[in-house]
Amino acid sequence: MFMKKVLLGILLGSCLGVFAQPSLSGGQVTGNHETTFQYLNTDTIIGAFAPEQKVVMNSYTNVNYINGKFAAGMRLESYLPAIAGYPAFYSGTGVGYKYLQYNGDFVSFTAGNFYDQFGSGMIFRSYTEPALGLDNVMNGASIKVRPVNGIELKGVYGRQRFNFADGQVIWSEGIVRGLDADVNFNDLIPSFSESKLKITAGASIVSKYQPANNDTLRIPKNVAAYGGRISLRYSGFFMDAEYIHKINDPTQLNGYVYNTGHGALINVGYSRKGLGINLTAKSLDNMVFRSDRVVEGNQLFINYLPATSNMHTYILPGTLYPYAPNFAGEIGYQLDVLYKIPKKTKLGGKYGTDLNLNVSVATDRVRHTSSENFDVDRISYEGRPFDMTDSLFNFDFNLNITRKLNKKWKVAATYYHFIFNNDVNKVTNFASGYIKSDIIVLDVTYKIARKHTLRVEAQNLWTEKDRGDWAAFLAEYTFAPHWFVAVMDQWNYGNSNENQRLHFVLGSVGYLTGNSRIAVSYGKQREGILCIGGVCRPVPATNGLTFNFTHTF
Amino acid sequence: MKKVFLFVVLAGFGLMSMISGDEGGAPKKVPSVMLKDLDGNTVNTAEVSNDGNPIVISFWATWCKPCILELNTIAENYDDWQEETGMRLVAVTIDDERNKPKVKPFVDGKGWEYEVWYDSNSELRRAMGVNNPPQTFLLNGEGDIVYSHNGFMPGDEEELYDEILKIADIEE
Repeated sequence: MFMKKVLLGILLGSCLGVFAQPSLSGGQVTGNHETTFQYLNTDTIIGAFAPEQKVVMNSYTNVNYINGKFAAGMRLESYLPAIAGYPAFYSGTGVGYKYLQYNGDFVSFTAGNFYDQFGSGMIFRSYTEPALGLDNVMNGASIKVRPVNGIELKGVYGRQRFNFADGQVIWSEGIVRGLDADVNFNDLIPSFSESKLKITAGASIVSKYQPANNDTLRIPKNVAAYGGRISLRYSGFFMDAEYIHKINDPTQLNGYVYNTGHGALINVGYSRKGLGINLTAKSLDNMVFRSDRVVEGNQLFINYLPATSNMHTYILPGTLYPYAPNFAGEIGYQLDVLYKIPKKTKLGGKYGTDLNLNVSVATDRVRHTSSENFDVDRISYEGRPFDMTDSLFNFDFNLNITRKLNKKWKVAATYYHFIFNNDVNKVTNFASGYIKSDIIVLDVTYKIARKHTLRVEAQNLWTEKDRGDWAAFLAEYTFAPHWFVAVMDQWNYGNSNENQRLHFVLGSVGYLTGNSRIAVSYGKQREGILCIGGVCRPVPATNGLTFNFTHTF
Repeated sequence: MKKVFLFVVLAGFGLMSMISGDEGGAPKKVPSVMLKDLDGNTVNTAEVSNDGNPIVISFWATWCKPCILELNTIAENYDDWQEETGMRLVAVTIDDERNKPKVKPFVDGKGWEYEVWYDSNSELRRAMGVNNPPQTFLLNGEGDIVYSHNGFMPGDEEELYDEILKIADIEE
């Protein structure tokens, strides 16, 4: 409450300040706003159900006030009620995020809510993805100290956002405490500053506390994870590696076993003008790290499980069989090659041609049976880094070719081959085991006139399983600088049930001006999986009108 | 509680309308956030400068098609724009850990000559109020934000360049 009044004072003060003395450098205000409003119909054929309220709305506004080294801000959120498919625990209107911050050269600190990340986030990452309804913001305090050039120390302390009920944030019972050190040797050692070899290294420790009462088990109330990372660059070559170890962490999800956990992530690559290669290797075992041992789903994650498959953006490859890391653990590898066939060559054409190859595979890890007595120590198995089995979780091969033919035409073609294990990461009720699919996407852009552009996408997915083959078609017409119209159809023409060979037609109109964007769409949306950054959420089928407004200020 | 809330909303919207409505207030600058560039150097975003010439700050991600279209389009004209106005572009990637390792190969693969900052946990994005990429800000020689634009459609680059020309110190 006190905090709210302070913030209010600051906001009003800044407001008046701007009014009274427009020429004074009274700090600045930044922020943004987004509203999504839906009018939903019931459509039993596609499985869309209108809520009792008929209309639903999500809205949020972020405001930051920044004056020199001082900053403060807040976010107001409304879910009246939340839009279709959004987590049901979001309801009401209230302050979802607020902070006070001082940013000095030597020290920075934040009181209230903050987002931060250590290393790759495998040990600690608080972040938000509003589109997914995902927000594990910290509520407490954080400090960053830069004692000398090249060294940064971070400390974080707080509870995590669990949900948002009736306009009130509910915070986790558990408390998260973390320390991180990051050293840039090129900045730290003056004689090393001009070296072609760039080295940074870091180390972290994060611990959670949650009270425990259990009649049969001695549950550890404090659980820690720790690890280190190193990053090397030498001309075009780079290598980043991080290893995190988590001590015994019995949770509902892992069946209250006392196994340790680990996460290892290595990226090695080379790049120069026109060529980029990256190889990723990942090993995860029992690495879900949450501030509450009984919570499941996507809430209260302290850390982030890195996804190591490509994020597909076209609708069929992106939403039918998307892969997210397995919570229990997995071994994954990924290769990315980007090559630009040089311009003004026979093969590359006038403007050059972009090739992008991506292959990723994820498998189960070996569980070495522990020789010790499970009844005594409750250690169910031992996991070793990069010890993979031949039990496939996911395979993804995709190849994209993009070429600008001339001033008017641009063509992109992509081929995908997926093998998706629906028994491990269930995305459909219509199939079991491996779902193999092949997809081709053609994307053609035609510049009609200086500000008029037509883009057409044609997609087809072939599969023997699930709901069979799909086709999708999109036409998008933009007339800069303000307008766009688009129409999309997805057609499940290969469904074995002839009554289910449905069309999902969606039309959209949008208007952009400066920092505002208004978009209205009407039609049917297929049930599918929405994924951002390797975290997925199922979205239901809908039939109706969606209005979306965003503004940045 | 309700009163406080109402006040905050009013204050917020008051500010919003004023700030977006007219440019009477103090000019906006880039907030101070510590980010890393492609080589792992730490950058204080508030200290971005270009010898008094215009700077374009463009928020993008490897998965954002309009962003790539925008940066590709500018890349085709980048030599000319730099020569004519002395401008330079900083491309701020909001790719998170999933796609971060792909950023350097991606930038090199595209042949972009921009300075790139990693904003992997969206710190600068939040501080500058960016909803979704692409979002472009134009800074004049004093570091004041004089123009910003959300989204990209073919043709928008010409409007951006017109704005750059307005503030560039062009020697005749």
